[in-house]
Amino acid sequence: MKKETPEFVDFAITARKYKTLLTKKYLNRKPWSEVNPYEIQSSIPGTIIEIFAKEGEIVKEGEPLLILEAMKMMNRIEMPFTARIKKINIAIGDRIPKDSIMIELEQDEK
Amino acid sequence: MSLKKNILALRQKKAIVEKGGGDKAIEKQLAMGKLTARERILGLLDANSFHEYDLFVEHEEQNFGMASKELPGDGVITGTGTINGAPICIYAQDFTVMGGSLGLKHARKITKIMDHALKMKVPCIGINDSGGARIQEGIGALAGYGEIFYRNTMASGVIPQISVILGPCAGGAVYSPALTDFVFVVENISKMFITGPNVIETVLGEKISQEDLGGARVHAEITGNAHFYALSEAECLEQIKQLIGLIPHNNQLKAPKIEAKKPKSRKSIENIIPADPKQPYDVREIIYTLADESKFLEVQELWAPNIVIGFGRMDGETVGFVANQPMYLAGVLDCDASDKAARFIRFCDAFNIPIITLEDMPGYLPGVDQEHAGVIRHGAKMLYAYSEATVPKITVILRKAYGGGYIAMNSRHLGADFMFAWPSAEIAVMGPEGAANIIFRKEIMEAEDEDAMRQLKVKEYIEKFANPFVAASKGYIDAVIEPLETRDLLLHALEVSKLKDDYRPAKKHGIPPF
Repeated sequence: MKKETPEFVDFAITARKYKTLLTKKYLNRKPWSEVNPYEIQSSIPGTIIEIFAKEGEIVKEGEPLLILEAMKMMNRIEMPFTARIKKINIAIGDRIPKDSIMIELEQDEK
Repeated sequence: MSLKKNILALRQKKAIVEKGGGDKAIEKQLAMGKLTARERILGLLDANSFHEYDLFVEHEEQNFGMASKELPGDGVITGTGTINGAPICIYAQDFTVMGGSLGLKHARKITKIMDHALKMKVPCIGINDSGGARIQEGIGALAGYGEIFYRNTMASGVIPQISVILGPCAGGAVYSPALTDFVFVVENISKMFITGPNVIETVLGEKISQEDLGGARVHAEITGNAHFYALSEAECLEQIKQLIGLIPHNNQLKAPKIEAKKPKSRKSIENIIPADPKQPYDVREIIYTLADESKFLEVQELWAPNIVIGFGRMDGETVGFVANQPMYLAGVLDCDASDKAARFIRFCDAFNIPIITLEDMPGYLPGVDQEHAGVIRHGAKMLYAYSEATVPKITVILRKAYGGGYIAMNSRHLGADFMFAWPSAEIAVMGPEGAANIIFRKEIMEAEDEDAMRQLKVKEYIEKFANPFVAASKGYIDAVIEPLETRDLLLHALEVSKLKDDYRPAKKHGIPPF
């Protein structure tokens, strides 16, 4: 006889579902999503110091997009491949968290 | 006559230093809800057993106006004493003296008492309450920390080392506790972090309170840095006393034996586990029916609760329990659970404590986060720890023992001395549903009614394989036992394992997947 009956949930391990409780850590885990190459994300939180790219413009692979200051380092973020700048979501002075989408790209139609 | 004068002068000198930072600072300390360093030591040790050394040690720093600064005891109290008769070396940082900051002499007092503990082969307890490095002493403070870490490592596995966090413990200071065997924290009082909220906000723009970043609960539940969590300092000191009673003074001794007592639990061991393998229960109920007086000191209760570890006694002697907990995450193994169990197993092995493993687990936790967090190397720690251990190792399979988890949970193949299984045990490469889906895929797909065929095949698999008898027929299980026999059999297995002598190839040290 249980004193209290906790709220058990269904929890699937392979083909079988078990009744159990979930931990806070499990509930807070970040679901994985595929990396979109057309999104330039911040790999570390920091401050935007400079932006070189302009919306609508075509930037060649390896050219600088912006400077992100993090951990006292000026990180130069470069264009991963030649494409058109679709949208810039940041401004100089912005403090951004990790994994923010800073710049969105699109394939040059021509 | 003149000797009397000297004695009075000594008493006076002692009384001044024993006041630490003085009445005002003590008042402040108490206002924070904290005891003083001296009160903590006296509260922990047996009455009149504490003897202090290096009371008159002074710092030698000349820069930044330090030359004129007197720091009683240089901010740390060191000495020896006993806890329920067990000899102990102890130090406690005194927050009332310049925030308990660590300078070179402060550190040297600590390393001196640590050296003593290692030579005398007695446990060492460190009470941490310090603002961190004494910046004025610069590299001297860093040298001090390094000398402490080095000794923590030298003493590891030779004498038990206990860290009690009763205040801030930040920056380099956190690494001494991290190197020790058990870390005790107290709600609202303990704060541990490498970089504090201010630095994090300046550098990364993330705003967080000290409590949310590195409070007691965070380390007890999220990071796993803490092993024991208490709501008050008094409760914390009680926990330490309990632990000291259960572990040996050093790696050449066994834990002290006390009078054997029968379990108190009134629950029948047969009725704890639900018949349906998908239903949960609290595996600690099983431990209560096995341990003397039903007493179980759980370690890391809040972190990775899908595995339960801790100490109990059987026939008056200390044993370590490792048990899957179906109550949480169905009792799966994951990164944290593997880390938690592996370290505990290694502690037990280093300090001559037999290990009893209670197994009921469906496998490893599936998920991208787990794979990317390195469940392969974390899980390997457990295989390593069990394989490496030479203390008596006994396993009881209560219910599910599937796949890699079956191997990991102290299987015969990793060197278990005794393998018992209840008749409810299911020892198989995976759960019946999964296995049937793979083995009978063709039959199921070709059947007119796929579901009916699947259920038939699952049933077939359960009857043939979801039991302990296949493993028993190969000698991987020594005995299929009735639940009610479990305690007697464990007592017997421990009894006949007392002289166990198991060798490992000579080596400098192994290379576990840290």
